[in-house]
Amino acid sequence: MSAYVTSVLAVIGINVMLAVSLNMITGFCGQFSLGHAAFYGAGAYGAAVLAAADASPPLCLLAEILVAGLLGLIVGFASLRLRHDFLAVTTIGVSFLFVGFVRKQSWLGAEMGISKIPPSGLGPLGNTLLIVACAVATIALSLYVNRSWMGFGFRAVGDDEDTARTVGIPVSNYKLAAFTLGTGIAGLAGGLYAYFTQFIVPDSFGFIVSVALMAMVVIGGSGSTLGVSAAAIILTLLPEMFRFVNEYRLLIFGGLLVVVMRFAPGGLAGVARAILVKARGP
Amino acid sequence: MLYYIDLAFNGLVFGCTYALMAVGLTLVYGLLRILHIAHAAVYAFGAYVAVIVANDTGSIPLGVTTATAAAALLGMAIYRLVYQPLLDYPPYVPMIASIGLLVFMEDGFRIAFGEQGLTFASNPYPTQLHEFLGLTVNTAQIAIIVAATVCLILLASFITRTRIGVGWRATVSDARIAESFGVDAVKVRYLNFAIGSALAALAGALIGLLNNFVEPTMGFVVSYKALAIIVLGGLGSLRGTLIASLALGLVESYGTIFVGRFLDRDAIAFLFLIAVLLARPQGIGGMKAA
Repeated sequence: MSAYVTSVLAVIGINVMLAVSLNMITGFCGQFSLGHAAFYGAGAYGAAVLAAADASPPLCLLAEILVAGLLGLIVGFASLRLRHDFLAVTTIGVSFLFVGFVRKQSWLGAEMGISKIPPSGLGPLGNTLLIVACAVATIALSLYVNRSWMGFGFRAVGDDEDTARTVGIPVSNYKLAAFTLGTGIAGLAGGLYAYFTQFIVPDSFGFIVSVALMAMVVIGGSGSTLGVSAAAIILTLLPEMFRFVNEYRLLIFGGLLVVVMRFAPGGLAGVARAILVKARGP
Repeated sequence: MLYYIDLAFNGLVFGCTYALMAVGLTLVYGLLRILHIAHAAVYAFGAYVAVIVANDTGSIPLGVTTATAAAALLGMAIYRLVYQPLLDYPPYVPMIASIGLLVFMEDGFRIAFGEQGLTFASNPYPTQLHEFLGLTVNTAQIAIIVAATVCLILLASFITRTRIGVGWRATVSDARIAESFGVDAVKVRYLNFAIGSALAALAGALIGLLNNFVEPTMGFVVSYKALAIIVLGGLGSLRGTLIASLALGLVESYGTIFVGRFLDRDAIAFLFLIAVLLARPQGIGGMKAA
């Protein structure tokens, strides 16, 4: 595999992990989060700092899951008090707070970021294979969770939280579980990203990344693991395919968001479902 | 001592522009339950129209007037083309469309007018200094405070004293009942977008005058701040929005002095938002639990 293909595959793997984990929080459990990149960033920065302190890669990655999951748990507590649009705006705040905090910390490299992160020792191909394996594992976990009793609880909370509470579903526990699980995976993705690029800057984890991740979830079809994975792959590949219009990349991205929402508000999964229904006939 | 008063005045100036921005947003939210993030693109649009018209004709007042009028039309077009077809979908659908529109328009400004931004060819306002109660203030700052006060008083009297204004408020509190009393809900929505967008464009044009600089990304952070403000204010409450705008301007102004070493200006704003929301989940002006 050429170096280009391995690096594109790695980016795809990371985006799939992020989008699928965000889908667990937003798609399954109905908690709209626009701060997912902050947990991804927490994972990446955590890995960079630990790796610089000579911790072994497996220990680093494990620590990342814990750090990001813990932060997610804290934000999850905010979701217990805030609902819908209030939560959406609070998580936007989390996104800005993370970047604003990191920018001013000299021990985290401030604006310049952290470079020369020690390598994982797996080599570029090994890194990519590890990332792809983690992405596949994330999809498998997401499919499993969706079928499990926990997935049922998530959906109940997502559909109608008051009704869920009335029939004795512990709503708070499910919300916290969704946030911890989803952000933990985002932290792992961040750690893998730090080892993969060996160079991180605050802007890689800013609000626009959170929006791009939410776009993957919504364009894929909120709640559908496979739809979201497909959207993550397509939206990562699109800019690569449109390199010749690199100048207009953001313009196309923004326009695409408006057009998809305007004409297919159910996302890819919604379109696929409609086609299936039509193929089966009336 | 004077330094702190100066900070307060600066905070007040920013608070006034936030208020002009946020009033339109909160009215859109009150009416349609949409977080209208693309409002920030309207704000940047206002600044661009103002600078272009002013440079072409040599008259800054004409530029600002054209900007508010053009933005009113743009606001109505956004409602008609993007939001109206999406009203029946869950709120995140129009919200994502709105974020897309913001990214699209911002990048459009960058491609059309260049990355470096534009400046006014002749803009005397930020450098005309006045002594006022021991403070040194410039004409642009005074213009912002006067414009915000006049516009908000006009708006307040419009929605409390005219028939269509009362209909507007009735539609915000209960669209169905307002309609059965003969209020034209569609007209109210267009009016809402027109007035809100005009105020946002006015804020954008005035900030452009104050900094003597208009750039493609000028609306980006302001948009999320305006969202933070309307959430702080209690989503849909005008009085709460005004209090929150001024409070945020002051908190930012003092915050950058006292905790600026640890957090940047935007992070301070959002820290304030999160702290207030955790204490009062329904916001400052919100009555019922969210």
